Amino acid sequence: MGDGRGEGDTLSLKPPHPDPLPPGEREFKLHRRTLLKVAGLGGAAWLTSVAHALAKQAEESRAREPAQSLIVLWLAGGPSQLETFDPHPGKKISGETRAIHTALAGVQLAEGLERVADQLESISLIRSLVSKEGDHQRGTYLVKTGYRPDPTAVHPSIGAICCHELPVGGTEIPRHISILPNQWPGRGGFLGDQFDAFKAGDPTRRLADVMPRVSDPRFQDRLADLEILENSFARGRQRAVEATLHRATVREARRMMTSEQLQAFDTSQESAMLRKAYGETPFGRGCLAARRLVEVGVRCVEVTLEGWDSHVNNFEIHGRLKNTLDPALAALVTDLKEHDLWDRTIVLVAGEFGRTPTINRLAGRDHWTQGFSMALSGGRLRGGQVIGETDPEGGREVKDPRQIGDVHATILAALGIDPAKELTSPAGRPLKLADGEPIAQLLT
Amino acid sequence: MRRDLLFLVISISALLAFKASVFPSAGSRPRPAVRVDMASLQPAVERVDAAFEQLWRERNLKPAKAAPELAVARRISLALTGAIPSLEEIRHFESLPPPQRLERWLAERLADRRYADFVAERLARAFVGVDDGPFLLFRRRRFVSWLADQLSTNQRYDRIVAHLIADSGIWTDTPATNFITVTIQPDQNKGPDANRLAARVSRAFLGVRLDCAECHDHPFESWTQHDFQSLAAFFGSTRHSLRGVRDVPGDYQIENRLTGEMETIPCGVPFSRDLLSDKGSPRRNLAAWVTHRENRPFAREAVNRAWALLFGRPLVEPIDNMSIGGPFPPALEILAEDFVNHGYDWQRLLLEIASTKVFRADSKTHQSESSDDTQNVVGTAASWAVFPLTRLRPEQVVGALLQSASLSTIDSSSHIIVRLAREIGQRDFIKQYGDSGAEEFDAHGGTIPQRLLMMNGKIVDEKTKEALLSNAATQIAAFAPNDHKAVETAMLAVLTRRPSNEEQNYFTQRLAQTEGGQRARRVGDLVWTLLNSTEFSWNH
Repeated sequence: MGDGRGEGDTLSLKPPHPDPLPPGEREFKLHRRTLLKVAGLGGAAWLTSVAHALAKQAEESRAREPAQSLIVLWLAGGPSQLETFDPHPGKKISGETRAIHTALAGVQLAEGLERVADQLESISLIRSLVSKEGDHQRGTYLVKTGYRPDPTAVHPSIGAICCHELPVGGTEIPRHISILPNQWPGRGGFLGDQFDAFKAGDPTRRLADVMPRVSDPRFQDRLADLEILENSFARGRQRAVEATLHRATVREARRMMTSEQLQAFDTSQESAMLRKAYGETPFGRGCLAARRLVEVGVRCVEVTLEGWDSHVNNFEIHGRLKNTLDPALAALVTDLKEHDLWDRTIVLVAGEFGRTPTINRLAGRDHWTQGFSMALSGGRLRGGQVIGETDPEGGREVKDPRQIGDVHATILAALGIDPAKELTSPAGRPLKLADGEPIAQLLT
Repeated sequence: MRRDLLFLVISISALLAFKASVFPSAGSRPRPAVRVDMASLQPAVERVDAAFEQLWRERNLKPAKAAPELAVARRISLALTGAIPSLEEIRHFESLPPPQRLERWLAERLADRRYADFVAERLARAFVGVDDGPFLLFRRRRFVSWLADQLSTNQRYDRIVAHLIADSGIWTDTPATNFITVTIQPDQNKGPDANRLAARVSRAFLGVRLDCAECHDHPFESWTQHDFQSLAAFFGSTRHSLRGVRDVPGDYQIENRLTGEMETIPCGVPFSRDLLSDKGSPRRNLAAWVTHRENRPFAREAVNRAWALLFGRPLVEPIDNMSIGGPFPPALEILAEDFVNHGYDWQRLLLEIASTKVFRADSKTHQSESSDDTQNVVGTAASWAVFPLTRLRPEQVVGALLQSASLSTIDSSSHIIVRLAREIGQRDFIKQYGDSGAEEFDAHGGTIPQRLLMMNGKIVDEKTKEALLSNAATQIAAFAPNDHKAVETAMLAVLTRRPSNEEQNYFTQRLAQTEGGQRARRVGDLVWTLLNSTEFSWNH
């Protein structure tokens, strides 16, 4: 999408990644689309059929293929590691939180994550993240981009990097999407704001501004009129006008408006049972939409669950939010597997930092950057691993500490992107895609 | 009910006033004008013109012709007030005596409170960024409105900057101190951040990226880590408390990253060390050094920023990474010298730049653009032989959009309801359009959500659909004496120009034989088309 990779690139050069919908298959899709129209069918059928057909066709060839997409479940506000992925039951720092057994012997999660616990053979935990950014905005920047805020460059978030590095393929809708974003969705940074996440709300609500406000014939007239103006403005300014990419962006927006792939946002096409499994919450629906979006070739979907900033009433807040997170995450893992998407989709569960082992006088926990947790899974990453350990007594010492950059490097490596590849920042400084080392234990 | 009635009364009176102003012969609202001695600007303007002409001769380039006056008036309005001229203003502009039209126009914009508010916001992005900053300790609105007051009364630019660097006190009473408090990190129990302040000072006031040397010696320039730390040391004893920002006695100590030991870093500047005094407090000394009349990088940075505000593109790119030793474009040196010699007069600087031939040049060339001519076209743009196309900022797009739908001027003298609606509309729009943040002068193209918002968004729909009281499109359909005039008026209101013959014929035909609601919808379609054009969203 406007990243300078023309269709020609993917046709003439062999892309590093086979596209979810390579150019050759677009014909098939169009054909099928026509067929559906003739037959008067619609709804969910086309989506799954395309995916199945593609999956079947490419089955042998992509036995060891890298992952294609990333889903980030963004726990905004900074979730407590002690109430989620790193409980210390019976210790003073645990407060009221009990731990539960999981599918992995000897590994416990905090209560309230029972469904996720059942899936832990597929999910790995990193319990030893350390950072120097304890402010929401700065911490969000760090975790989303892999770099600390730095006035010399606005770094692209990992979703933008995925879109920049991986081919467009047949995807007609934005490839970087943020569902239920808070004020800091993933940005394109110095790669340009055409790589910013496309913002979408609760999937029950219609996507903003994709439908014309006037009848189709009138809309077509307007577009025809627009050509008159564009041609007259381009006279004597040909090159400068082309460089604006304005008309190209209008075309892309039009392509999106008429694309059947927009249906991927519509979770009502899924069975009631599946919707219930994800949880009938905006976040649950967002996770379900994420699976559908990945299916049509979207590179990165971030789904935000807000409210983890529990300076007051930590336990109550986390209890409530886990009721939303637990079914959604567990259903997402199962659903991706059932749709043959698990190996090509990475799922990261993260927030901007963790929370203090000590409990304040308002039964809250404050911001903490010395040993917090994330969950990483899918995309042929090794499941059932636990990286690092925090001090059961709440000290600042962390075993096997990991930097945010290491998580980024691991994800990029799983996507078949070299984390050490350098981009040039606007200041002329070479910057690695990820400032860290892949976690070897997670790469298969 | 009473509010509705009030609204109706206001609307009807506005409608009557508007009709007179749109298809007029009646006089327009008088405005106070800034008194400008244009003759005193002339020498600097002529030297800049001569420097560019020499450059074009050397490079064998043919510069673009002068742009139509209305195109220049549009640039000036967008740069100085963040909106396009209203139809009312266009009529006024055309009623001015031709020789001084643009001069009068410039002076009037500078006297308009919209100038102070808009430019203050743009400068604030360079001074304090766009982050929310620490809650309660940083008052962005207070800061911007203080800055706007300084611009409105045309305070010396060197004094404004000295206040930012050296003021002490409470951030609500002494708004300049927000420059300091925005770097506080209460979460980390940290006071004002000396490193971030040093970075700001070097970028925003000197146009250099000294902070690249925060972690290591600068790879290209001669900056060392020591230079950066010494600059940070000026802020090393700055603290905040309930009594406000103040300086405490004591040394600036930091941890040596190699040895892990604490080191005392004395205050120091990276160049022109002889201009630094050690008589006052560290921050006062720094302010005096930055704004010293012989510290030319300070004046150059201001000129480059003023240039970028007007053109949408700085004279030297990137804006915060100029070199200290040069070479510099002659225009930068001429204007910097004039700026220093005339009391760091910001309005004078803007007037000078806006009076140059390069600013008044057309954005189109009349030469052919065949493929073997590529070199020439690229060279023309790089040498300012043609006015550059730059993307309008979101505030400018929405400012232009709202203004285009109103015909009469929306400014500080507009009714409170109109202004309130404008402010709410603006905020919502910018949120969706995407704020371009502190990256003021990037060269990126637009985004798909922006195009979707302009094609299908609520605000564009509201401004193009049939609504006699609130929409220019409907008003034009109802009041224009004929189709020809209707097309012309719509073009003037949205694109600040008259249609070409081809456009006139095409769109007049589209209106032919329509009346009532259908006619209003057709004019609405025309306005939609104009709003979605490249020409509307780009400065040209």
